[in-house]
Amino acid sequence: MDHPTTVKILKFHAEKCKGCLECEKACSKVHFKTDEGGDKSAIRIHKAGKSYEMQVCNQCGLCIDMCPVGALTRRKNGIVTLDKNTCIGCQACVGFCPIDAMAKSDARLEPFKCISCGACVRACPEKALELVEVKIDGIKEIVYHKQGA
Amino acid sequence: MVDGQIPVEEYETGNTKHKWNLKKIKSSHKVLAEYDYKKSEIKNGFANRTLYINLGTNQIKEKKITEDMKKKFTGGRGFGLKLLWDSIKPTTHWDSEENNLIITTGPFCGITQYPGCGKSLCLTISPSTDIICDSNVGGFFGPYLKFSGFDAVEIQGKAKEDVVIVIDGEKGKISIETAPLEETDSHLVNEQLTHMYVSEDSEGSRQNVSVVSAGTAAEHSYWGCLNFSFWDIRRKVARMKQAGRGGLGTVLRDKKIKAVVAKVEKFSGLQNNPADPGSLAKLGTKIHREIRDLDRYQCNMRTVGTGHLVEIMDEYDLLPTENYRFGSFPKASKIYSPNFYKLFTKVIPDGCWHGCTMACAKTVDGFTVMTGPYKGQKVTVDGPEYETLGCGANMSLWDPLWILEFNFYCDTYGLDTISTGTAIAFYMEMYEYGILNKERCDGLELCFGNAEAALEFMHRIARGDKGEFVGVAAKGIRRVKDWLIEKEWGDKQLIEDTGMESKGLEYSEYVTKESLAMQGGYGLTLKGPQHDEAWLIFMDMVNNAIPTFADKAEALHYFPMWRTWFGLNGLCKLPWNDVEPVNNAEADDPSKVPEHVQNYVELQNAITGWNVNKEELILQSERCYNWQRAMNVWMGRGRRKDDWIPYRSMGPVTKMEYVSRKERYDKQLVEILGLSEKEVEDMDIEKKMKLLYDYKQDQYQKLADAVYYRRGWTPNGVPTPQKMKQLGMDEPKMLKMIQKKIDEDEKAGLNVWGGKYKRGENPPSKDLDYWEKG
Repeated sequence: MDHPTTVKILKFHAEKCKGCLECEKACSKVHFKTDEGGDKSAIRIHKAGKSYEMQVCNQCGLCIDMCPVGALTRRKNGIVTLDKNTCIGCQACVGFCPIDAMAKSDARLEPFKCISCGACVRACPEKALELVEVKIDGIKEIVYHKQGA
Repeated sequence: MVDGQIPVEEYETGNTKHKWNLKKIKSSHKVLAEYDYKKSEIKNGFANRTLYINLGTNQIKEKKITEDMKKKFTGGRGFGLKLLWDSIKPTTHWDSEENNLIITTGPFCGITQYPGCGKSLCLTISPSTDIICDSNVGGFFGPYLKFSGFDAVEIQGKAKEDVVIVIDGEKGKISIETAPLEETDSHLVNEQLTHMYVSEDSEGSRQNVSVVSAGTAAEHSYWGCLNFSFWDIRRKVARMKQAGRGGLGTVLRDKKIKAVVAKVEKFSGLQNNPADPGSLAKLGTKIHREIRDLDRYQCNMRTVGTGHLVEIMDEYDLLPTENYRFGSFPKASKIYSPNFYKLFTKVIPDGCWHGCTMACAKTVDGFTVMTGPYKGQKVTVDGPEYETLGCGANMSLWDPLWILEFNFYCDTYGLDTISTGTAIAFYMEMYEYGILNKERCDGLELCFGNAEAALEFMHRIARGDKGEFVGVAAKGIRRVKDWLIEKEWGDKQLIEDTGMESKGLEYSEYVTKESLAMQGGYGLTLKGPQHDEAWLIFMDMVNNAIPTFADKAEALHYFPMWRTWFGLNGLCKLPWNDVEPVNNAEADDPSKVPEHVQNYVELQNAITGWNVNKEELILQSERCYNWQRAMNVWMGRGRRKDDWIPYRSMGPVTKMEYVSRKERYDKQLVEILGLSEKEVEDMDIEKKMKLLYDYKQDQYQKLADAVYYRRGWTPNGVPTPQKMKQLGMDEPKMLKMIQKKIDEDEKAGLNVWGGKYKRGENPPSKDLDYWEKG
């Protein structure tokens, strides 16, 4: 089987962001059919001093190896996807994400994550977000099983 | 195996592939009984009914669980105790028709959000001890039993020919079927039955089947364990976890059960229908993060499992080597965890139930078997865990590959690694002294370090070898002690003192010579010397945190109750204190890990909808703990004499042991017994050993005095009607029985303290009737 070598991930231009949270609203629309944003969004924008920070999945895929039932897979396009019909809601992926980017809302037991669909990019009035193509090997992070790491 | 992110379907274990004609095997089944039941939802962690099967009469029925039963017995092991009380007699033996093999779950069992929520608790009358043995085990069977609609299954009676019991939670059907053609050894039969009963040909579907079995050696030994399978979708093998202690697999095979199968349809993370799922997910995520951030700096469970303990135990002189003669050994570094890390398959979620991110269940895949019937085949070996590694040290086996071989055959033959290893270590020591020799061992050269002889001994057990030694030795240390004494092959005292069993059960793998509290942790127990009641060595010996008898007794009250609580709920103990919050050391009572105790309070409330606090958790345990002890009393045990432990667990039995730690023991004679250094220097070694012997034996009796007093028992160790009533356990038959036993003890003059109290020393109470006040 051919494995993808690149994947599109979100890039954040902090200097452009004004904190309007349109991205979160667009994202929650994708995942929960609501424009509430917040914990129903896979992308989160946090205020950090005078500026803003983005918290979102970088498609590193560590969660794939955490899932006991194989609900997380890397698709042909490189995107890491969670199949919520297979998921049994254990939250191992949520707890073990190295950047706490696996999202979980009170509305549903199964977590959800960024699928690089671009809805947030399109929604951002300031063009602070863009999808960029990166090499998967460069973002893979296999740290937890290495002794003493 | 290389680093992670290999798609599930592309994992390769390198194991030998089997080609079975499953259709033929299945078509040879004859259905002996069938029972259709109505599927129903689990509510707040309980299915609210249990399943009863009688293999003698082929009866299958359901029993209701009442609110009163939950209030008194909580669940899990507690339910098991109640079901045993209702079904057996005080004269029931392990092989009696009415002996009941029970697998229970508990309200937490099947929860996926918090680590360690997949445990089954198994109970029966043990062949080793002739009293109740409880043993906890991972694997998927417990959760699937509950998802099928039952909090527990009881199996009474014996089948006439080999059977499988199938609990089909998908269809709502129970069946008892003859199983003439299946393999018996677990690594094969678990795989065969998984493939046979799977609903569709997919990894996900195979993951929804779990099998309980015991292997061929369980038929001929008292060490039979139960192997609980859990299908690994990456390795594509039925892995297994063991309910090891006390011969439960022996009982399974005595009932002619080849296996019990449970299968379920697709289930969700809310299958238990918890009262407050949101809190469960939050508490789960919190502990997952703790494990993520701290495990590699604390126990390293995710990397090497419990094997990390070997190097720690060796360093503190606690790793049992050569039958507990020593606590450390120059060669021990050969079996330190890095040597196994090299062999383990990495980057797989190694929990024995979904959501357990502690993931201590490591495996070696593609291991080439070196001896016996499977020689040359490649297999997956689950483990080795610390206890199995400790057995290696005890038998003086220092080659990781031989330990894997021992581990593999113990598992597939259905032998408890702990009992098998501890017993072989004792036989090896007897061999060294000439009490046993090649002729007396049916031609086996069972000397320390002889792995091939140890394996050959196991193969002979599995084959049902008729040799006199193999026959007795497979029944464990207690029977061998009696046999050796009867044959007059050695000094009775030496044999009694060195064979590491209590109540008939072999010790697990810790040296307790320098920790009086831990001697109590092994001896003052319900089922026998297993570390699952209390592990107090560091608290006692290293940190000196419980110096007085009263302190030790308090620890031997709290920790056994606390650890019992896991068994009432279907929980694993490891996520409680094998990872600790980063600021735990600053907490009020760090050894209790208060933040995690609070997690469990909140979890039980979130699952059951109850409103309990941490004190109530201890009370839940106390009810069941006292009940189990009372049942031991009912069966003619459960008294001070039954809490006897061999001297090897207290101090040096042989001169070699004394000399090897001479400085330590000489110092004890000066600092504790008050001898002058000159006196010690001039004294011969026998005299020194005798002084220590008397002192340590008396210390143990004084500890028992303090513990019985703290637990509210009589001075002979019997739970009292007053205590039972106080706990709300008011069953008249039970209360009458214990009163009668106490009166008998009174008449026999047994309700007295066991320690010899000198002037200035006080027993726990001057009033020997203290317990009557409740």
